[in-house]
Amino acid sequence: MKDDNTPISRKAFMEELRRYQKGSVTRRHFLGVTGLGTAAAVMGGAIPGFLPSRARAQDIGDRVVLATWPNYHDPANFDAFTDATGAYTQVNVFGSNEEMLAKIQAGGSGWDVFVPTNYAIPTYVEAGLIEPLDLSKIPNFDAAAFEKRFSDAGTIDGVVYGVPKNWGTTGIAFNSDKTGGVVDSWKAFFDGARDQWDGRVMVHDYQLTTIGNALVYHGFSFNSVDPSELAQAEKLLIDVKPHLYAISSDYQPAMRNGDAWLTMCWTGDGKQMNTDMPEIGFALGKEGGEIWSDYYAIPKDAPHKEAAYALINYLLTPEVNAREALAHGYPVADSRTNALLPEELLNDPIIYPAAEALSPLEFGAAVTLTDPNRAELMARFKSA
Amino acid sequence: MTQTRARALLLTPAGLWYAALLLLPLAVVLIFSFGERSAIGGYAPGFTLEQYANLPARFAAFRNTLTLAPVGTLASLLIAYPLAYFLAVKVSPKWKTMLLVLVIVPFWTSILIRSYAWIFLLGGKGIPALLDVIGLADVRLLNTPFAVLVGIVYGYLPLMVFPIYVALEKLDKRLLEAAADLGTPPWRAFLQITLPLSMPGVLTGSMLVFILLMGEFLIPAILGGGKVFFVGNALVDLFLQSRNWAFGSAVAVALVVIMLITVGIYTRLVKRFGASRDDVGLM
Repeated sequence: MKDDNTPISRKAFMEELRRYQKGSVTRRHFLGVTGLGTAAAVMGGAIPGFLPSRARAQDIGDRVVLATWPNYHDPANFDAFTDATGAYTQVNVFGSNEEMLAKIQAGGSGWDVFVPTNYAIPTYVEAGLIEPLDLSKIPNFDAAAFEKRFSDAGTIDGVVYGVPKNWGTTGIAFNSDKTGGVVDSWKAFFDGARDQWDGRVMVHDYQLTTIGNALVYHGFSFNSVDPSELAQAEKLLIDVKPHLYAISSDYQPAMRNGDAWLTMCWTGDGKQMNTDMPEIGFALGKEGGEIWSDYYAIPKDAPHKEAAYALINYLLTPEVNAREALAHGYPVADSRTNALLPEELLNDPIIYPAAEALSPLEFGAAVTLTDPNRAELMARFKSA
Repeated sequence: MTQTRARALLLTPAGLWYAALLLLPLAVVLIFSFGERSAIGGYAPGFTLEQYANLPARFAAFRNTLTLAPVGTLASLLIAYPLAYFLAVKVSPKWKTMLLVLVIVPFWTSILIRSYAWIFLLGGKGIPALLDVIGLADVRLLNTPFAVLVGIVYGYLPLMVFPIYVALEKLDKRLLEAAADLGTPPWRAFLQITLPLSMPGVLTGSMLVFILLMGEFLIPAILGGGKVFFVGNALVDLFLQSRNWAFGSAVAVALVVIMLITVGIYTRLVKRFGASRDDVGLM
């Protein structure tokens, strides 16, 4: 069945057709041996919206299900992937690694590819939930091209479980028309939330960053699980809560319409808002905060594994990856992709901040994902 | 005897349906509630009452739900009753169908989308901008309990309108004519005839809205900005964020128990107010 392009004789075709009509072969087999599947795939490529049931060159199925983050892809690339392979990409969007983990833990998520963050990967490996990657199926991944600190979390005990997607930071987005200038410290962020920016500040609905930055406010590690340090972070958060505009990871709408003036913010969202509304700036907290790296990974129970490899390989093509970066504004650790990006993007301080601004930042630690005290703290903060 | 057997046979599909879709999931939740959170989150088997001992940690969620659910039900009732009365009694048959369709039409759109519409209405560029014109500067509506209440009343109103409408529609108009003939003023006829006879509809509508409100999580999440926390939101967080399935199950069991008590009280009220009107009763 792999040899789709072999011509078929008229007699053999009629035989196959009879067998298909009698129901003794599947439609899939019929399309395969007769070459009609290929024809359909070619036509499907020419007519957008017509979804063929088979891929053109290799059989990867008709779909691939991707679980990813908001505002994190260029939809045009998915269309091009469908044109090239016949498989369309179904995208599910999530707000936290915890939520992704819960879905995979429950089983039957139906995902083929998902995008865990560096600190989540050890938990997936430990729980046996993700597939060791067969790198021969991802020839576009060139380990040498990636900056190590943004790619090493994907490899555990010498086995590659994730290949890097993008990296970034979690900083502060501020509407400078309202805040009267740059806000670049978590001290100013939380103090201002209770004072001059009362009712205008948003924090993430995400324990890692919301608790982490409250810890940084007190001068503790972003990753602390020390009970007394967490208690101080909790006190700060509960104290600030009545003054917050909202607790939500979907902060772009409120920032854009002017209801919120300040928010915890990921690099790409900061870039997207800054591009459209120059008065919205993005700064890193000078006391510290988070630097992160996301990865493509394949769940063990992925229903369309071949399609998963094909999609990852496609998105890691330097040209495709460059188009992605232009659309979402998150930095890439792949030197081949960066070579294709325009100079002004590479010099943009939001996307590629100066090294000294990055140095106080910390990568999330694996323990923060599973620590029951942090989870319960977040719940107490939200239900307070 | 054969009749009994035939009846049992006919009830089997419904019984299986009931067991597979209601009792079985409830049993799973009950078993989970005695377990523990595994080290990486999720569920680990065990037998402990610890999760139930932890329930006070969600006191605020229960308090908010048990406050906003009755208030939301009452607010819906206060708006729905006059509307249903108008539709059932005052409107000519020609207009009735069209007006009823207008009440139903919003149901054709997802509650999610309709709630998002309220984000724009209640957000700074919506109603507050209008209030600003008349001098009420800087009013905040979105992400407050008020916004959640508006969303609730808006979302659940049709569920309240229809049972009341049905009850009023069936009202025997001759009773009112008789009352008028005997010199009863209209307000008194309303209090003594219309209102008592529509009570089954009122109770059914209230129960429908109240029970659904007890499990509500979408409207508080969207219009409360993550700051107005219901039991439903606590459940979503426990299963999807903290991944403490055992505790989540205990909270769910507590919620089910509260609902059962409420339905028990409701059944008694129905028996008192509308014994013969089981046609519009909930059960």
